[in-house]
Amino acid sequence: MNKEINVRSTMDNLDTVLGFIEGNLEMAECPMKIAMKIAVCVEELYVNVVNYAYDGQEGACRIEFRFEENTPNKAVITIVDQGKPFNPLEKEDPNTTLDAEERDIGGLGIFMVKNIMDTIIYERKEEKNIIIMEKSW
Amino acid sequence: MEIKKIQNDSELTIAINGRLDTNAAPKLIAEMDECLVEGVKAFVLDMADCDYVASSGLRAILGAQKKMNSLQGTMVVKNVVSDVMEVFEMTGFADILNFE
Repeated sequence: MNKEINVRSTMDNLDTVLGFIEGNLEMAECPMKIAMKIAVCVEELYVNVVNYAYDGQEGACRIEFRFEENTPNKAVITIVDQGKPFNPLEKEDPNTTLDAEERDIGGLGIFMVKNIMDTIIYERKEEKNIIIMEKSW
Repeated sequence: MEIKKIQNDSELTIAINGRLDTNAAPKLIAEMDECLVEGVKAFVLDMADCDYVASSGLRAILGAQKKMNSLQGTMVVKNVVSDVMEVFEMTGFADILNFE
């Protein structure tokens, strides 16, 4: 099964994107608690596209969901934009041991993605930013 | 996301219902900015009906904790469901918040 959704990169489309991901995870019989975490990862990366890829303008964003019948319990999600080169994985991890007053607020989203997903890679190809991530359950 | 507020003298409870995602976080921040003022000594964030927290939601909660520190009050996060607690633990938030 290979499905995709194409949206304009706006915050209004976040619900559409999450609906697409959660609907497909449900069909793939992904447990709820893992589906929530995968959805958070997609949100973090989608919000990155909204905020950074097109310098505050909106542009195209494609999200693909792949689930193989012969390797069940694994989803592969790809997020593609045509904005400026931007590798979110280069973002430095936050120090998660500091107390409330010292905590910096940046980098948390990507940190969560790295923790939750099994693998995540970034590619710059044909003037596109491509994030491919996998999660098994 | 829906927000319900209960003010009881110097104690304020905010209960959130639904996703605390990037669209919902500014609503929660606006509500807390308005309510967490001088005179509020105890803030309770009731997350019983919240099953989803993104990093923007975590930042909103961190802002509230800092605000209550500056007001020399207390903050308690209560009724956190296990899936959301895992997100708090993963990000180190479990160590900087008080849970009930």
